[in-house]
Amino acid sequence: MMSADFANLSCPVPVADRDRVLLGHGSGGRLTADLLRSVFLPAFGNDVLNALEDQATVNLKLDIRHSTFDIDHRLAFTTDSYVVRPLFFPGGDIGTLAVNGTVNDLAVGGARPLYLSAAFILEEGLPLADLRRIVESMRAACTTAGVTLVTGDTKVVDRGKCDGAFITTAGIGLVPAGVSLSIHNARPGDQVIVSGTLGDHGIAVMSVREGIEFETLLESDTAPLHELTRVMLEACPAIRCMRDPTRGGLASALNELAAASTVGVKVTERDVPVRAEVRAACEMLGLDPLYVACEGRLIAVCPPGDADRLLTVMQPHPLGRGSAVVGELVGDHPGIVTLRTAIGGERVVPLLAGDQLPRIC
Amino acid sequence: MRFLDEYRDPAAVGRLITAIRAAVTRPWVLMEVCGGQTHSIVRHGIDELLPPEVTLVHGPGCPVCVTPLELIDRAVAVASRPDVIFCSFGDMLRVPGSGRDLFAVKAAGGDVRVVYSPLDCLRLAEQNPGKTVVFFAVGFETTAPANAMAVKQAKQRGLTNFAVLVSHVLVPPAMEAILSSAANRVQGFLAAGHVCTVMGTAEYGPLAERFRVPIVVTGFEPVDLLEGVLQCVEMLEAGRSGVENAYRRAVQAVGNPHARTVVEDVFEVTDRKWRGIGTIPRSGLRLRAEYAAFDAETRFAVAGLAAEESTLCLSGLVLQGLKKPHECPAFGRECTPQTPLGATMVSSEGACAAYYHYGRRKGVAG
Repeated sequence: MMSADFANLSCPVPVADRDRVLLGHGSGGRLTADLLRSVFLPAFGNDVLNALEDQATVNLKLDIRHSTFDIDHRLAFTTDSYVVRPLFFPGGDIGTLAVNGTVNDLAVGGARPLYLSAAFILEEGLPLADLRRIVESMRAACTTAGVTLVTGDTKVVDRGKCDGAFITTAGIGLVPAGVSLSIHNARPGDQVIVSGTLGDHGIAVMSVREGIEFETLLESDTAPLHELTRVMLEACPAIRCMRDPTRGGLASALNELAAASTVGVKVTERDVPVRAEVRAACEMLGLDPLYVACEGRLIAVCPPGDADRLLTVMQPHPLGRGSAVVGELVGDHPGIVTLRTAIGGERVVPLLAGDQLPRIC
Repeated sequence: MRFLDEYRDPAAVGRLITAIRAAVTRPWVLMEVCGGQTHSIVRHGIDELLPPEVTLVHGPGCPVCVTPLELIDRAVAVASRPDVIFCSFGDMLRVPGSGRDLFAVKAAGGDVRVVYSPLDCLRLAEQNPGKTVVFFAVGFETTAPANAMAVKQAKQRGLTNFAVLVSHVLVPPAMEAILSSAANRVQGFLAAGHVCTVMGTAEYGPLAERFRVPIVVTGFEPVDLLEGVLQCVEMLEAGRSGVENAYRRAVQAVGNPHARTVVEDVFEVTDRKWRGIGTIPRSGLRLRAEYAAFDAETRFAVAGLAAEESTLCLSGLVLQGLKKPHECPAFGRECTPQTPLGATMVSSEGACAAYYHYGRRKGVAG
């Protein structure tokens, strides 16, 4: 009788393909733990996240670096979901968007961003290399923005049920005492400032999706705006409000402002900064750059006397180099945004019913 | 941006406006035929710069607006099939049929995709041999060459899973219908420049002669449009009719013979129904018999689908230049861009949609 060779025993169940996301990675079992330890914790690891509690418990007081915690500070809290096709595009990827987008939602409220959560919905079959790349982008973006990712979640859905990866981030930040920005604050006479060229992000993503090539590489403008907003608020505490013109671009953000503050907005087309490549792509595709998304630009509304001072602090900042006054608020036609066209005509810039649709001819 | 900025130059625009003011002595009604021109006029605010004597009325040259309701219903029926990938230019997706639009089909699980060129559909057909890729071939003479080329190439490559739902229309018969109407008030035309790029200008001579109107081939940028207006006003003031070309940088009298050959090879002229206007004889294109295998209407047996228009909607009169959008009783009430009764309220090129946004500020709309 042959003696048993226990040393060479192996399990006949094949080792699962570990190059791709499997349904089991979202099961809560060993694969989930593997993913956490091999991908997420090495990137984001910090004392709060490493504790792997069901919730993050943070001490706000410890994290105020530039001011002492004050009872008058207010907590800013925001959430946003990120879906983008393709996942990787010139200048960024879904990971950079997921961090910068939420950081910016806090920043334009005057808040200092502190903590983020991230919830991933992954498609079965997503290459793990892609997930690692996304997570690495998020880590780098968190470092740049000075925020800590303290809690998260991962789910996996069947192949075909999502577009590679969807990410939802939430963020909390502190608004210093005395800062009170709101789109309800704007008044006739106020000036409208944008921090740079419009539409770079939307066209960069679309150019990859539709296979449009430019002579130069057009990159997404995705960037965290909290430092820019900080210097702006220091220089000009009377800023009425700020917005980041993401979906729907400048046009939609200004329509929301006009409605909320019951003012009219007059934009001067000649003063609106748009890159030549973006203009060319918009002409070709039948799109209006006023409606194309930005991910690293902001709109600020300030009292008339403050515009020059604001531009003086914005233009030396790397993310504010293209800052310009693009329009003003008026008392007539409340709720309506109009554009003084480059040739001297005037038209309304409405809120669109849905996405911009490329025209036939 | 070269080839664009010089045609949007405020100084050149100013000079043309001054020249138009100097030329005009009495009221004239001009029609810009193409929806692209309407879009540009509204986008740049050109109509606001013109002297009050010059009235621009918006013509029937918006493919989204004139595609008949039953064609949308047929598109919806084809796109709803699980064995079909339905491809369209973007702005057709939001046009309501009698029941729903193509966005609703997509939401209900239909595979509906926006393409920028019909030739993209051939690649899709090759990549998806188990499905039939159907392209919604709408538009005027401008889009016909690329659509014809797609069908021609599909035949050459032996692609059997590609088909087109054709609703092509032609400009000159529509202009003839407008001029023949007893209620017509159009005195001069800005002919659609891109249509003439393909077809040339020969078709317009007989129209200009028969109806004694000036027809000026006109481009799309502000300077192009104003040059067309100036030339047309000068002809009207001088009592001249005939065809002139104010868009020489793009249009030659012979058009583009190669493109025309492809169109004539694949399509033949047919009677065609125009949304809001009715059937105009010999005003459209259909596939020739040798390309019948690519006809989605017969392949999916949807040719019998008929539809009724809303009785409230006056888009037909708007498209013929007989009514301004805000003269329609439903305008801004039952009919808005969110709840359009007619296609002129849907398309960004549609006169009603343009007026809704513009007129709202003037307190016209509800």
